[in-house]
Amino acid sequence: MKALAARRHHRFAPVVLIMLALLVTGAVYAALAPSSAQAEDAVTTADDIEHGAALFQANCATCHGVDAVGKADAPSLIGVGAAAVHFQVSTGRMPMQSNAPQAPVKPVQFDEKQTMQLAAYIASLAPGPEIPSAEAVDPTLGDPARGAALFSTNCAMCHNAVGAGGALSEGKYAPALWNTTPTQIYEAMITGPQSMPVFNESNITPEEKRDVIAYVVAQRDGTPGGENLGSLGPVSEGLWAWILGIGVLIGAAVWIGAKSS
Amino acid sequence: MSDSNLVSTSSDTEVATSEQFSDPGVPEHKLRLGDTDPKAAKRSERIVIALFGLSILGTIGMMAAYFGLPQDTSIAGVRIQNLTLGLGLGFALLGIGLGAIHWAKSLMSDHEVVEERHSVESSPEARAEAIQKLQDGVADAGVARRGVLKGAAISAVALFPLSFAVPLIGEIGADWNISKFRHTVWRRGVRLATDPTNRPIKASEVTIGSAYHVIPYAEDIDEEVRPGSHAWLDEKAKAIVLMVRMEPNELKEEDDRKDWSYEGIVAYSKVCTHVGCPVALYERQTHHLLCPCHQSTFDMADGAKVVFGPAKRPLPQLPITVDSEGYLVAQSDFTEPVGPSFWERLK
Repeated sequence: MKALAARRHHRFAPVVLIMLALLVTGAVYAALAPSSAQAEDAVTTADDIEHGAALFQANCATCHGVDAVGKADAPSLIGVGAAAVHFQVSTGRMPMQSNAPQAPVKPVQFDEKQTMQLAAYIASLAPGPEIPSAEAVDPTLGDPARGAALFSTNCAMCHNAVGAGGALSEGKYAPALWNTTPTQIYEAMITGPQSMPVFNESNITPEEKRDVIAYVVAQRDGTPGGENLGSLGPVSEGLWAWILGIGVLIGAAVWIGAKSS
Repeated sequence: MSDSNLVSTSSDTEVATSEQFSDPGVPEHKLRLGDTDPKAAKRSERIVIALFGLSILGTIGMMAAYFGLPQDTSIAGVRIQNLTLGLGLGFALLGIGLGAIHWAKSLMSDHEVVEERHSVESSPEARAEAIQKLQDGVADAGVARRGVLKGAAISAVALFPLSFAVPLIGEIGADWNISKFRHTVWRRGVRLATDPTNRPIKASEVTIGSAYHVIPYAEDIDEEVRPGSHAWLDEKAKAIVLMVRMEPNELKEEDDRKDWSYEGIVAYSKVCTHVGCPVALYERQTHHLLCPCHQSTFDMADGAKVVFGPAKRPLPQLPITVDSEGYLVAQSDFTEPVGPSFWERLK
């Protein structure tokens, strides 16, 4: 220990410390990071359904009713399918915190296993849209160019041309898609959560859905031009140009015109 | 103006016209810090050198980026190339500009120099000579003697502007064919197809809560207006439709439109009746359709009536039904012109 303390002023000490800190951070992240959904591996068992039912009774039944048939403020979950449950719970939208124009994304309340159990329970009540396989949502298998054509016709009017989100009426909004996983994007299309309409197989085929996902994911690489200012178009760009750009120009003009002291 | 002057003019009833502002002249020259303190001058010099140095670094940085960065065509690669080249170029120019200005302001002599303006007018002799030359020239050319030639020259010059003025003015609003706004390519039996994939839609496949962006099926319309043709974009702009399905008991329908929908499936023009934006923000739960341009909101469960915003008329409805194979088809064209109002709309 004493030998170590004596070397703490060595000029390589900060480098070694930073390397150690990076290693620890990486190891902790690898241990704690949520693993991606392995939908195709999940084989639903009667045990899962039982656990899911218990979770449902404890966390969801207050609003959705003990038989999941819905109440005045909450819809029936009969036939919504595993995909709807997985989307709502894995994005943190459900359980809903309070009555609002729409359920916002918030920290996820259940881990992946519990979410799958809940989904298995709801799916056991009546058939509905299923959670897509990992292959069905793999953005590397999709064609982003074809996805762009589909996205601009079917999605862009609400979700913005690159998926930055946008406002709807009366406090509702189409959320940004920057952090939505491919599985969640697929689930949203087939289940139509909240204000969003349903885009079923006859409207956008599963292959086309994968193209759309490829396009959305490709937008996360940013733009070749530099800072995109939120991709919000003329509002943010105009603010930037008029306030910052013109401000700097005025400042420069004042500086050039001022006498030196 | 001194205080005593102010008192005298306000107390006198007669305004003292002789008390005018006098030319204040050049303000007293103030010495800068650098003019008296060699240390300050040295500091300014170092700042200017640093600014030019910034420019040099910018140029070197740009060169380094130009030759050093790999030819990476991915988005991230192009972004880093643009960023480094731009920053290098920017600092190279900015450093020169800032350095030159700071140099001029803080180090170069700043004594005020007055240069009196000279008269703009030439001397009387020079003016008389110029006029004389002009008159001699006109007399020498004999313009006054050749009347027809003079008339021809003036006519040619006067008529020439017509060659560009007539086409320019003549083409303003040349297209007065407004009947094309009254009709779209929809007609009886044209199948509804998905946009942009152009697949005909079976009524049985449309689930409740769905929203379909619809175009007329390519094989059911005339060849000269099909996708890929020159006229298609014009025709598509008028013919786009949003089709949704809701529980049939949620639909409120006028008696004369009862058979325009099919088991809860309704189709409305996607061109806003306000100024023609594509109105397509459909909220499944409220059946409200929001226009992104000016927030006009239409109730798709109630004849697409306007429930909010500047639009004045409901969206035109496309009467639909199913054919023998179960595909959704139009019963006819829209029964009124789609899109924003124009003068002769209902004539």
